[in-house]
Amino acid sequence: MSSFLSYLISGISLGSVYAIIALGYTMVYGIAKMLNFAHGDIIMVGAYIAFIVFTNMGLPPVVAILASVAGCTILGVLIERIAYKPLRGASSLSVLITAIGVSYFLQNSALLLFGADSKTFTSLVNIPSVTIMNGEVIISGVTIVSIAASIIVIVLLTLFINKTKAGQAMLAVSEDTGAATLMGIDVNKTIALTFAIGSALAGVAGVLLCSTYPVLSSQTGAMPGIKAFTAAVFGGIGSIPGAMIGGMVMGVVENLSKAYISSQLSDAIVFALLIIILLVKPTGLMGKKIQEKV
Amino acid sequence: MGNILEVKDLNVFYGVIHAIKDISFTVGEGEIVTLIGANGAGKTTTLQTITGLIKARSGEVIYNGDNITQTPGCKLVGRGLAHVPEGRRVFADLTVYQNLMLGAFTRKDSQAELNKDLEVIYTRFPRLKERLDQPAGTLSGGEQQMLAMGRALMSKPKMILMDEPSMGLSPIYVNEIFDIIKKINEDGVTVLLVEQNANKALSVANRAYVLETGKIVLEGDAKKLMTDPQVKAAYLSE
Repeated sequence: MSSFLSYLISGISLGSVYAIIALGYTMVYGIAKMLNFAHGDIIMVGAYIAFIVFTNMGLPPVVAILASVAGCTILGVLIERIAYKPLRGASSLSVLITAIGVSYFLQNSALLLFGADSKTFTSLVNIPSVTIMNGEVIISGVTIVSIAASIIVIVLLTLFINKTKAGQAMLAVSEDTGAATLMGIDVNKTIALTFAIGSALAGVAGVLLCSTYPVLSSQTGAMPGIKAFTAAVFGGIGSIPGAMIGGMVMGVVENLSKAYISSQLSDAIVFALLIIILLVKPTGLMGKKIQEKV
Repeated sequence: MGNILEVKDLNVFYGVIHAIKDISFTVGEGEIVTLIGANGAGKTTTLQTITGLIKARSGEVIYNGDNITQTPGCKLVGRGLAHVPEGRRVFADLTVYQNLMLGAFTRKDSQAELNKDLEVIYTRFPRLKERLDQPAGTLSGGEQQMLAMGRALMSKPKMILMDEPSMGLSPIYVNEIFDIIKKINEDGVTVLLVEQNANKALSVANRAYVLETGKIVLEGDAKKLMTDPQVKAAYLSE
């Protein structure tokens, strides 16, 4: 029982990180109608920034986290401006291929700058762990921080979207860019803002991910990126609560399969679950029904 | 009265298709002007070019004395030029209230000021008030048209472009919508109305232009055009 509980809690923690990444995928998809496959690699860049600031430069963790978030935000906006904005109105396949190109560009740039051998990432979270159930279950500091971060992120994001003009503009653009333009909404600015927010979240995710699994290489963002993308599809791509739930389910299923079935098979189980969900509900758990326009 | 809108020698292409051919027309301040014509005559394209959703190949659009031909579409509503698009295009997943507030997106006024204008909208469209928290997608076609108009009015426009407001509506709603258009105009808003329902459009308009395959073929006083044998034969067959 106590071991199940600790697997479950670390699954929720991993799921929180997936959820934060999945939010970036889902927001960009919802508003710019594109799959930003470079999103996972922005996580990796964020982790490298945090690593340099904290380990190499010896600055405090808070500075490292802020630098990572700021760096990722700028990177995300730059990528959108340089690589994706010129393709507005192009076929979605062109945009997809460009995104894959950006992903390889980021991975190889990191390889060139930091070398092929992976770094050991020192956790930025130095909060003491908590023991519950008479010492049988230990919850690490980074687990607490990850879960708390995902809750804070979802609350702030929901408030931002529902209570601010910029948030309402995002909703309008995601539904109908033409009608949004007629309301006076600058669609390009709204898309840039979406990339900024998604990439800032990737910065947070990078720090949390590497604080949990302390191996940093140019490939660090690739697999979590794909899994978070899966989580976003699983929850219903374009849906913010869907990304959150999808991320959590992914993390928990992955961790429990690792513990009770097989660690080699855990990824296969996760993706099999995705296939089953999509067979039963093709738009994902919280996805909108696709309406045929007459 | 001066002209609030002047369109000069406008040409628009879709790829190689010459959709709008050297169109010129004017709308005077306070008028209701209608563009009538068959499906595919270029009525919607003309409106979309005016509000910057489609780029013109050549020609000029002058609004309120400014050349707005190259102005991005999102900058126009803030200058008082609103557009109620074809098919209404309300934000279906957002509530009626959110839709109305998006209409006021460019305004910097206080919430109290906006609330006052909302009240005006509610008196004009009582049905919207009953459905404020409902997603706009659940409204009937006529209600959605009212919401699209209310949303445009929330921007406090000087001029409204209306694209096929009666399309797909039951006859009762059609009459109501045209009554509302008249009232909006009486409140001082200039209206450029695009309609397939030529009968109705001519009955509310001051002046009219008849479009045929991208060209203006007739123009003049709306009441006179109603009795014009050519117009009668082509557009008023009821």
